[in-house]
Amino acid sequence: MSSMFTVSPDFTPDHLSGWYIFNTWIQRQTDTAIHLEMYNDFHSQREAIQNDKIDLIYANPFDAAMLVREKGFQPLVKAVGESDEAIIAVSAENTVEDVAHLNEGIKVAYTEDPDVHLMGMIMLEPGDFDANNITPVLSDTYVLVAKHLLKGEADVGIFLAEAYDDLSSMIKKQLRELVRSQISVIHHSLMIGPKLIDKKEEFQKVLTEMHNDEKGQGVLKSLNFNAWEKVEDDEMEFMIDLMDTLNT
Amino acid sequence: MISDMKPEDIVGDFKEVTLDLYQSISRKILYTDIEIPYPDGKLIVSTTTPDGIITHVNQSFIEMSGFTEEELIGAPHSILRHPDMPPAAFQDLWDTVGRGEKWQGFVKNLRKDGGYYWVKATVIPNVRNGKLVAYTSVRRKPSRTKVEECIKLYPTLF
Repeated sequence: MSSMFTVSPDFTPDHLSGWYIFNTWIQRQTDTAIHLEMYNDFHSQREAIQNDKIDLIYANPFDAAMLVREKGFQPLVKAVGESDEAIIAVSAENTVEDVAHLNEGIKVAYTEDPDVHLMGMIMLEPGDFDANNITPVLSDTYVLVAKHLLKGEADVGIFLAEAYDDLSSMIKKQLRELVRSQISVIHHSLMIGPKLIDKKEEFQKVLTEMHNDEKGQGVLKSLNFNAWEKVEDDEMEFMIDLMDTLNT
Repeated sequence: MISDMKPEDIVGDFKEVTLDLYQSISRKILYTDIEIPYPDGKLIVSTTTPDGIITHVNQSFIEMSGFTEEELIGAPHSILRHPDMPPAAFQDLWDTVGRGEKWQGFVKNLRKDGGYYWVKATVIPNVRNGKLVAYTSVRRKPSRTKVEECIKLYPTLF
Protein backbone atom coordinates (compact mmCIF):
# COMPACT_ATOMS: atom_id res chain seq x y z
CA MET A 1 0.00 0.00 0.00
CA SER A 2 1.36 3.39 -0.88
CA SER A 3 1.98 6.13 1.64
CA MET A 4 0.14 9.43 1.48
CA PHE A 5 1.82 12.82 1.07
CA THR A 6 0.03 16.14 1.39
CA VAL A 7 0.91 19.83 1.40
CA SER A 8 -0.52 22.52 3.64
CA PRO A 9 -3.26 24.23 1.58
CA ASP A 10 -1.67 27.64 2.14
CA PHE A 11 1.02 27.19 -0.53
CA THR A 12 0.75 29.48 -3.53
CA PRO A 13 -1.05 27.74 -6.44
CA ASP A 14 1.88 28.56 -8.76
CA HIS A 15 3.78 25.74 -7.08
CA LEU A 16 1.11 23.06 -7.50
CA SER A 17 2.87 21.29 -10.37
CA GLY A 18 6.14 21.60 -8.42
CA TRP A 19 4.78 19.42 -5.63
CA TYR A 20 3.77 16.70 -8.12
CA ILE A 21 7.26 16.80 -9.62
CA PHE A 22 8.72 16.64 -6.12
CA ASN A 23 6.55 13.64 -5.25
CA THR A 24 7.77 11.72 -8.31
CA TRP A 25 11.36 12.59 -7.43
CA ILE A 26 11.14 11.50 -3.77
CA GLN A 27 9.50 8.18 -4.73
CA ARG A 28 12.38 7.37 -7.07
CA GLN A 29 15.04 8.45 -4.60
CA THR A 30 13.66 6.48 -1.66
CA ASP A 31 12.07 3.61 -3.56
CA THR A 32 8.83 4.27 -1.68
CA ALA A 33 5.36 4.36 -3.22
CA ILE A 34 3.82 7.70 -2.27
CA HIS A 35 0.55 9.20 -3.41
CA LEU A 36 0.23 12.99 -3.35
CA GLU A 37 -3.18 14.15 -2.17
CA MET A 38 -3.91 17.86 -2.32
CA TYR A 39 -6.70 19.11 -0.07
CA ASN A 40 -8.59 22.26 -0.93
CA ASP A 41 -8.88 23.47 2.62
CA PHE A 42 -7.53 23.02 6.12
CA HIS A 43 -10.63 21.23 7.41
CA SER A 44 -10.47 18.32 4.98
CA GLN A 45 -6.70 18.04 5.44
CA ARG A 46 -7.01 17.95 9.23
CA GLU A 47 -9.70 15.31 8.98
CA ALA A 48 -7.33 13.14 6.92
CA ILE A 49 -4.61 13.69 9.55
CA GLN A 50 -6.99 12.77 12.37
CA ASN A 51 -7.90 9.57 10.50
CA ASP A 52 -4.18 8.67 10.23
CA LYS A 53 -4.26 8.79 6.44
CA ILE A 54 -1.20 11.03 6.09
CA ASP A 55 2.41 9.81 6.26
CA LEU A 56 4.34 12.74 4.84
CA ILE A 57 3.32 16.40 5.00
CA TYR A 58 4.67 19.83 4.18
CA ALA A 59 3.10 21.36 7.25
CA ASN A 60 2.50 24.88 8.40
CA PRO A 61 3.89 25.72 11.86
CA PHE A 62 0.44 25.87 13.44
CA ASP A 63 -0.38 22.27 12.50
CA ALA A 64 3.15 21.08 13.36
CA ALA A 65 2.31 21.14 17.08
CA MET A 66 -0.62 18.79 16.62
CA LEU A 67 1.34 16.54 14.25
CA VAL A 68 4.22 16.13 16.73
CA ARG A 69 2.29 15.96 19.98
CA GLU A 70 -0.80 14.02 18.96
CA LYS A 71 0.18 12.10 15.87
CA GLY A 72 3.83 11.14 16.45
CA PHE A 73 5.22 13.01 13.45
CA GLN A 74 8.86 14.12 13.35
CA PRO A 75 10.43 16.95 11.37
CA LEU A 76 12.62 16.17 8.37
CA VAL A 77 13.66 19.38 6.65
CA LYS A 78 12.78 23.01 5.95
CA ALA A 79 13.50 25.17 2.92
CA VAL A 80 16.75 27.12 3.38
CA GLY A 81 16.20 30.83 3.96
CA GLU A 82 12.40 30.60 4.00
CA SER A 83 10.31 31.75 6.94
CA ASP A 84 6.64 32.52 7.38
CA GLU A 85 5.97 36.22 7.78
CA ALA A 86 2.70 38.14 7.75
CA ILE A 87 1.72 41.57 6.47
CA ILE A 88 -1.01 43.93 7.57
CA ALA A 89 -2.08 45.95 4.53
CA VAL A 90 -4.68 48.61 3.83
CA SER A 91 -5.97 50.26 0.68
CA ALA A 92 -3.53 52.85 -0.70
CA GLU A 93 -6.25 55.47 -0.19
CA ASN A 94 -6.34 54.80 3.54
CA THR A 95 -4.31 57.49 5.34
CA VAL A 96 -3.75 55.52 8.57
CA GLU A 97 -0.04 55.17 9.45
CA ASP A 98 -0.27 52.98 12.56
CA VAL A 99 -2.58 50.11 13.58
CA ALA A 100 -3.24 52.06 16.78
CA HIS A 101 -5.01 54.68 14.65
CA LEU A 102 -7.46 52.28 12.99
CA ASN A 103 -11.08 52.80 13.95
CA GLU A 104 -13.05 50.51 16.22
CA GLY A 105 -15.04 47.72 14.56
CA ILE A 106 -12.72 47.37 11.59
CA LYS A 107 -13.43 44.74 8.96
CA VAL A 108 -10.44 42.40 8.63
CA ALA A 109 -10.00 40.18 5.57
CA TYR A 110 -7.92 37.03 6.02
CA THR A 111 -7.67 33.45 4.84
CA GLU A 112 -7.93 30.26 6.88
CA ASP A 113 -4.13 30.03 6.93
CA PRO A 114 -3.78 29.57 10.71
CA ASP A 115 -0.25 30.78 11.41
CA VAL A 116 -0.59 33.85 9.21
CA HIS A 117 -3.90 34.70 10.86
CA LEU A 118 -2.26 34.33 14.28
CA MET A 119 0.69 36.56 13.35
CA GLY A 120 -1.64 39.10 11.76
CA MET A 121 -3.87 39.32 14.83
CA ILE A 122 -0.78 39.80 17.01
CA MET A 123 0.20 42.75 14.84
CA LEU A 124 -3.28 44.25 15.33
CA GLU A 125 -3.09 43.88 19.13
CA PRO A 126 -1.19 47.16 19.68
CA GLY A 127 -4.34 48.85 18.35
CA ASP A 128 -6.46 47.02 20.96
CA PHE A 129 -7.97 44.71 18.35
CA ASP A 130 -8.79 41.07 18.97
CA ALA A 131 -11.26 38.46 17.71
CA ASN A 132 -14.02 40.07 19.79
CA ASN A 133 -13.97 43.54 18.29
CA ILE A 134 -13.21 43.03 14.60
CA THR A 135 -15.57 41.96 11.83
CA PRO A 136 -14.00 39.01 10.03
CA VAL A 137 -14.11 38.84 6.23
CA LEU A 138 -13.04 35.25 5.57
CA SER A 139 -11.52 34.87 2.12
CA ASP A 140 -10.53 31.78 0.12
CA THR A 141 -7.29 33.22 -1.24
CA TYR A 142 -4.92 36.13 -0.70
CA VAL A 143 -5.96 37.61 -4.04
CA LEU A 144 -9.48 37.79 -2.65
CA VAL A 145 -8.15 39.46 0.53
CA ALA A 146 -6.66 42.11 -1.76
CA LYS A 147 -9.92 42.45 -3.70
CA HIS A 148 -11.89 42.99 -0.49
CA LEU A 149 -9.54 45.86 0.36
CA LEU A 150 -9.78 47.39 -3.11
CA LYS A 151 -13.59 47.23 -3.11
CA GLY A 152 -13.78 48.75 0.37
CA GLU A 153 -15.36 45.55 1.75
CA ALA A 154 -12.54 45.28 4.30
CA ASP A 155 -10.45 47.93 6.08
CA VAL A 156 -7.46 45.73 6.78
CA GLY A 157 -6.04 42.61 5.13
CA ILE A 158 -3.81 39.95 6.67
CA PHE A 159 -1.46 38.41 4.10
CA LEU A 160 1.23 35.78 4.02
CA ALA A 161 4.19 38.03 3.09
CA GLU A 162 5.15 35.77 0.18
CA ALA A 163 1.60 35.92 -1.21
CA TYR A 164 1.52 39.72 -0.83
CA ASP A 165 4.85 40.07 -2.62
CA ASP A 166 3.53 37.82 -5.43
CA LEU A 167 0.45 40.01 -6.08
CA SER A 168 0.47 41.73 -9.46
CA SER A 169 2.05 45.19 -9.48
CA MET A 170 -1.30 46.64 -10.53
CA ILE A 171 -2.97 45.33 -7.37
CA LYS A 172 -0.01 46.16 -5.14
CA LYS A 173 -0.04 49.78 -6.35
CA GLN A 174 -3.51 50.13 -4.87
CA LEU A 175 -2.49 48.68 -1.50
CA ARG A 176 -0.20 49.85 1.29
CA GLU A 177 1.78 47.78 3.74
CA LEU A 178 1.16 48.91 7.32
CA VAL A 179 3.20 46.32 9.24
CA ARG A 180 5.41 43.45 8.09
CA SER A 181 6.42 40.83 10.64
CA GLN A 182 10.10 40.06 11.19
CA ILE A 183 9.83 36.90 13.24
CA SER A 184 12.31 34.74 11.24
CA VAL A 185 11.93 31.54 13.29
CA ILE A 186 8.49 30.36 12.16
CA HIS A 187 8.57 28.17 9.08
CA HIS A 188 6.87 25.32 7.24
CA SER A 189 8.52 21.91 7.59
CA LEU A 190 8.41 18.64 5.74
CA MET A 191 7.39 16.08 8.37
CA ILE A 192 7.27 12.30 8.45
CA GLY A 193 4.63 10.18 10.18
CA PRO A 194 4.84 6.98 12.28
CA LYS A 195 4.34 4.56 9.36
CA LEU A 196 7.39 5.94 7.52
CA ILE A 197 9.50 6.83 10.56
CA ASP A 198 11.97 3.99 9.92
CA LYS A 199 12.93 5.82 6.74
CA LYS A 200 13.49 9.18 8.46
CA GLU A 201 17.27 9.23 8.07
CA GLU A 202 17.10 8.04 4.47
CA PHE A 203 14.60 10.77 3.59
CA GLN A 204 16.64 13.41 5.40
CA LYS A 205 19.79 12.36 3.57
CA VAL A 206 18.32 12.49 0.05
CA LEU A 207 16.52 15.76 0.79
CA THR A 208 19.51 17.61 2.25
CA GLU A 209 21.67 16.46 -0.67
CA MET A 210 19.01 17.26 -3.27
CA HIS A 211 20.53 20.59 -4.36
CA ASN A 212 23.84 18.90 -5.26
CA ASP A 213 22.16 16.94 -8.01
CA GLU A 214 21.19 18.52 -11.32
CA LYS A 215 17.74 16.90 -11.45
CA GLY A 216 17.16 17.64 -7.78
CA GLN A 217 18.02 21.28 -8.39
CA GLY A 218 15.41 21.45 -11.13
CA VAL A 219 12.77 20.00 -8.80
CA LEU A 220 13.68 22.50 -6.08
CA LYS A 221 13.42 25.30 -8.62
CA SER A 222 9.88 24.25 -9.49
CA LEU A 223 9.04 24.74 -5.80
CA ASN A 224 10.92 28.05 -5.74
CA PHE A 225 13.32 26.70 -3.09
CA ASN A 226 17.13 26.68 -3.17
CA ALA A 227 17.77 23.72 -0.90
CA TRP A 228 16.45 21.79 2.09
CA GLU A 229 18.12 21.80 5.50
CA LYS A 230 17.63 19.41 8.37
CA VAL A 231 15.24 20.39 11.17
CA GLU A 232 16.38 18.99 14.52
CA ASP A 233 13.73 17.73 16.94
CA ASP A 234 14.79 20.44 19.43
CA GLU A 235 14.30 23.18 16.85
CA MET A 236 10.79 21.89 16.13
CA GLU A 237 10.00 21.75 19.86
CA PHE A 238 11.19 25.36 20.17
CA MET A 239 8.94 26.46 17.32
CA ILE A 240 5.98 24.61 18.84
CA ASP A 241 6.64 26.33 22.18
CA LEU A 242 6.84 29.64 20.38
CA MET A 243 3.52 29.06 18.61
CA ASP A 244 2.07 28.15 22.02
CA THR A 245 3.13 31.49 23.47
CA LEU A 246 1.60 33.35 20.53
CA ASN A 247 -1.66 31.46 20.59
CA THR A 248 -3.00 33.36 23.61
CA MET B 1 26.68 37.11 36.05
CA ILE B 2 25.02 40.41 36.81
CA SER B 3 26.84 43.57 37.85
CA ASP B 4 25.94 47.07 38.95
CA MET B 5 25.00 49.48 36.17
CA LYS B 6 27.73 51.92 35.21
CA PRO B 7 27.21 55.70 34.73
CA GLU B 8 29.26 55.63 31.53
CA ASP B 9 26.69 53.29 29.92
CA ILE B 10 23.74 55.57 30.70
CA VAL B 11 22.23 57.97 28.18
CA GLY B 12 20.64 61.08 29.73
CA ASP B 13 19.90 62.14 33.29
CA PHE B 14 19.46 59.19 35.60
CA LYS B 15 18.20 58.17 39.02
CA GLU B 16 19.82 55.55 41.22
CA VAL B 17 18.33 52.74 43.28
CA THR B 18 19.45 49.37 44.64
CA LEU B 19 17.21 46.41 43.82
CA ASP B 20 17.11 43.10 45.63
CA LEU B 21 16.73 40.50 42.90
CA TYR B 22 15.86 36.81 42.89
CA GLN B 23 18.39 34.54 44.67
CA SER B 24 19.62 37.30 47.02
CA ILE B 25 21.36 39.28 44.31
CA SER B 26 21.63 43.00 44.98
CA ARG B 27 22.10 45.35 42.02
CA LYS B 28 22.66 49.08 41.66
CA ILE B 29 20.25 50.35 39.01
CA LEU B 30 20.69 53.58 37.07
CA TYR B 31 17.57 54.52 35.11
CA THR B 32 16.25 57.34 32.97
CA ASP B 33 12.86 58.53 31.72
CA ILE B 34 13.66 57.68 28.11
CA GLU B 35 11.24 55.21 26.51
CA ILE B 36 12.25 53.25 23.43
CA PRO B 37 9.14 52.33 21.42
CA TYR B 38 8.62 48.63 20.70
CA PRO B 39 9.31 47.99 16.99
CA ASP B 40 6.34 46.94 14.85
CA GLY B 41 6.18 43.34 13.65
CA LYS B 42 8.98 41.98 15.83
CA LEU B 43 9.06 39.42 18.60
CA ILE B 44 11.64 39.39 21.36
CA VAL B 45 12.47 35.80 22.26
CA SER B 46 14.61 34.31 25.00
CA THR B 47 15.07 31.00 26.75
CA THR B 48 16.28 30.48 30.31
CA THR B 49 17.20 27.58 32.54
CA PRO B 50 14.61 26.64 35.19
CA ASP B 51 16.59 29.00 37.50
CA GLY B 52 16.11 31.96 35.16
CA ILE B 53 19.61 32.06 33.64
CA ILE B 54 19.52 33.20 30.00
CA THR B 55 20.59 30.52 27.52
CA HIS B 56 19.27 31.96 24.24
CA VAL B 57 18.27 35.38 22.92
CA ASN B 58 17.22 36.47 19.45
CA GLN B 59 18.44 39.55 17.56
CA SER B 60 15.43 41.65 18.61
CA PHE B 61 16.24 40.93 22.28
CA ILE B 62 19.81 42.16 21.75
CA GLU B 63 18.69 45.29 19.92
CA MET B 64 16.01 46.30 22.42
CA SER B 65 17.97 45.51 25.59
CA GLY B 66 21.13 47.28 24.43
CA PHE B 67 23.32 44.47 25.73
CA THR B 68 25.57 42.26 23.63
CA GLU B 69 24.77 38.55 23.27
CA GLU B 70 27.89 37.75 25.33
CA GLU B 71 26.64 39.95 28.18
CA LEU B 72 23.22 38.31 28.12
CA ILE B 73 24.02 34.60 27.87
CA GLY B 74 24.66 33.29 31.38
CA ALA B 75 23.10 36.34 33.05
CA PRO B 76 19.94 36.09 35.16
CA HIS B 77 16.84 37.28 33.32
CA SER B 78 16.44 39.90 36.06
CA ILE B 79 19.13 41.89 34.23
CA LEU B 80 16.06 43.52 32.61
CA ARG B 81 14.30 44.24 35.90
CA HIS B 82 13.09 47.86 36.07
CA PRO B 83 12.58 49.43 39.52
CA ASP B 84 9.05 50.51 38.53
CA MET B 85 7.97 46.86 38.20
CA PRO B 86 6.31 45.62 41.40
CA PRO B 87 7.88 42.46 42.86
CA ALA B 88 4.35 40.98 43.08
CA ALA B 89 4.20 40.76 39.28
CA PHE B 90 7.30 38.58 39.15
CA GLN B 91 6.13 36.52 42.11
CA ASP B 92 2.97 35.82 40.13
CA LEU B 93 5.07 34.91 37.08
CA TRP B 94 7.22 32.40 38.99
CA ASP B 95 4.23 30.95 40.85
CA THR B 96 2.32 30.48 37.57
CA VAL B 97 5.09 28.88 35.52
CA GLY B 98 6.07 26.84 38.59
CA ARG B 99 2.64 25.20 38.33
CA GLY B 100 3.43 24.37 34.71
CA GLU B 101 1.10 27.06 33.37
CA LYS B 102 1.54 29.87 30.88
CA TRP B 103 2.01 33.41 32.29
CA GLN B 104 1.14 36.57 30.46
CA GLY B 105 1.54 40.16 31.52
CA PHE B 106 2.70 43.66 30.66
CA VAL B 107 6.26 44.41 31.68
CA LYS B 108 8.41 47.53 31.77
CA ASN B 109 11.92 46.36 30.92
CA LEU B 110 15.20 48.11 31.70
CA ARG B 111 17.81 48.73 29.03
CA LYS B 112 21.56 48.77 29.46
CA ASP B 113 21.52 52.54 28.72
CA GLY B 114 19.04 53.17 31.57
CA GLY B 115 16.06 53.64 29.23
CA TYR B 116 13.03 51.38 29.17
CA TYR B 117 10.54 49.65 26.86
CA TRP B 118 7.13 48.14 27.51
CA VAL B 119 6.25 44.64 26.29
CA LYS B 120 3.41 42.16 26.41
CA ALA B 121 5.24 39.09 27.69
CA THR B 122 4.26 35.42 27.58
CA VAL B 123 6.33 32.88 29.48
CA ILE B 124 5.85 29.14 29.06
CA PRO B 125 7.51 26.18 30.73
CA ASN B 126 9.28 23.91 28.23
CA VAL B 127 8.52 20.35 29.22
CA ARG B 128 10.39 17.51 27.48
CA ASN B 129 9.58 13.90 28.35
CA GLY B 130 7.63 15.12 31.36
CA LYS B 131 10.55 17.14 32.77
CA LEU B 132 10.87 20.93 32.99
CA VAL B 133 13.99 21.82 31.03
CA ALA B 134 13.63 25.55 30.38
CA TYR B 135 11.35 28.56 30.11
CA THR B 136 10.69 30.39 26.86
CA SER B 137 9.63 33.99 26.95
CA VAL B 138 8.18 35.81 23.95
CA ARG B 139 7.46 39.56 24.00
CA ARG B 140 5.34 41.43 21.53
CA LYS B 141 4.23 45.01 21.05
CA PRO B 142 1.69 45.94 23.75
CA SER B 143 -1.40 48.05 23.27
CA ARG B 144 -0.89 51.60 24.55
CA THR B 145 -4.18 51.45 26.42
CA LYS B 146 -2.97 48.45 28.41
CA VAL B 147 0.37 50.15 29.08
CA GLU B 148 -1.42 53.26 30.40
CA GLU B 149 -3.46 51.03 32.73
CA CYS B 150 -0.27 49.42 34.05
CA ILE B 151 1.39 52.81 34.56
CA LYS B 152 -1.48 53.64 36.94
CA LEU B 153 -1.77 50.19 38.54
CA TYR B 154 1.84 49.12 39.19
CA PRO B 155 2.79 51.88 41.69
CA THR B 156 -0.11 50.69 43.89
CA LEU B 157 1.31 47.14 44.08
CA PHE B 158 4.47 47.98 46.08
